[in-house]
Amino acid sequence: MLAKRIIPCLDVRDEQVVKGVQFRNHEIIGEIEPLAARYAAEGADELVFYDITASSDARVVDKSWVERIARVIDIPFTVAGGISSVEQAQTILAMGADKISVNSPALRDPDLINRLVDEFGQQCVVIGIDSFYDAATDRYLVYQFTGDESKSQQTRWRTADWLKEVVARGAGEIVLNCMNQDGVRNGYDIEQLRAMRAICPVPLIASGGAGAAAHFADVFLQADVDGALAASVFHKQIVPIADLKRALQQQQITMRITG
Amino acid sequence: MSLVIVDTSCANLSSVKFAFERLGYQPEVTADAARIQAADKVILPGVGTAKAAMRNLQALELVPTLRALQQPVLGICLGMQLLTSWSAEGDVDCLNVIPARTVPLDSQGQPLPHMGWNTLTAVGDNPLLGGIAAPAYCYFVHSYAVAVDDYTSASTTYGQTFAAMIRRDNFFGAQFHPERSGAIGAQILKNFMELSDADTRA
Repeated sequence: MLAKRIIPCLDVRDEQVVKGVQFRNHEIIGEIEPLAARYAAEGADELVFYDITASSDARVVDKSWVERIARVIDIPFTVAGGISSVEQAQTILAMGADKISVNSPALRDPDLINRLVDEFGQQCVVIGIDSFYDAATDRYLVYQFTGDESKSQQTRWRTADWLKEVVARGAGEIVLNCMNQDGVRNGYDIEQLRAMRAICPVPLIASGGAGAAAHFADVFLQADVDGALAASVFHKQIVPIADLKRALQQQQITMRITG
Repeated sequence: MSLVIVDTSCANLSSVKFAFERLGYQPEVTADAARIQAADKVILPGVGTAKAAMRNLQALELVPTLRALQQPVLGICLGMQLLTSWSAEGDVDCLNVIPARTVPLDSQGQPLPHMGWNTLTAVGDNPLLGGIAAPAYCYFVHSYAVAVDDYTSASTTYGQTFAAMIRRDNFFGAQFHPERSGAIGAQILKNFMELSDADTRA
């Protein structure tokens, strides 16, 4: 059976792992390679590295650390942040990243998705979607440039429409970050994730809101996502990965248990 | 022990190279036919589409070289599919060293690509799975697959049951990515490097 994936996300800025609350007030968590190696050893199924400032500063992710990570870890990893051309993606994949994740540049230039898929194949191309629940209108709205609060802005897209659009263009996986939940550790947005799962034929990764082991169980059992991404619960060691996976397995959720 | 990784002009050869370096080997990445022929072991990696990969191999004039190799060869992911006779991905003739066909994976309604960690079930005597206990989780990313047949040496189920590993004589294939499959993947690569002549005799 295909296991559900537990995916620590490392927000990278200036070659260090940082974490903010609802994308704000970033604090330094630690160095990239030791954290990556620690998570791999503890049983993480995959890692995501986001250069959180890259898109909003119109610069490309600094790439030297990609190769250093590829040398030390033996699980798959994704690099995100400011990848806006086939050439930039090529460089990162050639350094050993397994997938590239594109967010704001795809909103600016949706055809970028097609070009990346044509060049590298669907399996390499992840689309990140930052989705904000607007309670006033009861709509899920796509935001861009969320790495920098001063530049973060609503797009013209509703989340379901953008998800269908990127899948039609060949996206191989979707990471849906529910912005209202991000960093506050009150649980994943089950209702939104369940709605998007129903229209998403490619793997769907939940992001935003994990604060306890029970939240992971909820999102797998109630929203049937393929993976659950989280940052602060792992960085702050609130939920040790090995313990989490054993607890989920006891609830009949298929887990890869190591060691 | 010389090891060559065939430079198929696809992205992401680094992770395969680094995986062997972690095991203490010094692989050479090359598209030079003489270097490939002279190697003790050959890795055929692959990412992207079968059509693009075969076009690259033809442009590099490597098809006859690869087909004639006598030493152990390991095709990884798309590289495994290239060992088969034909792929539906672009309706392209492949290397045809293992008479199997690569067809769309029938996930029976589950998300595609088949992406993530899934378990291997050994079929017959598979020297690459020596020393590996169940459950053997490995990392898969693919939408096409080889159906289970006489050349299957391990199977995996995602909707349909398909060939996770294939083997004919000296040609071995893994649909998953051993270089990204943790300790189990590392053991598979180590087993490949330690294959003896007896293991690969027809």
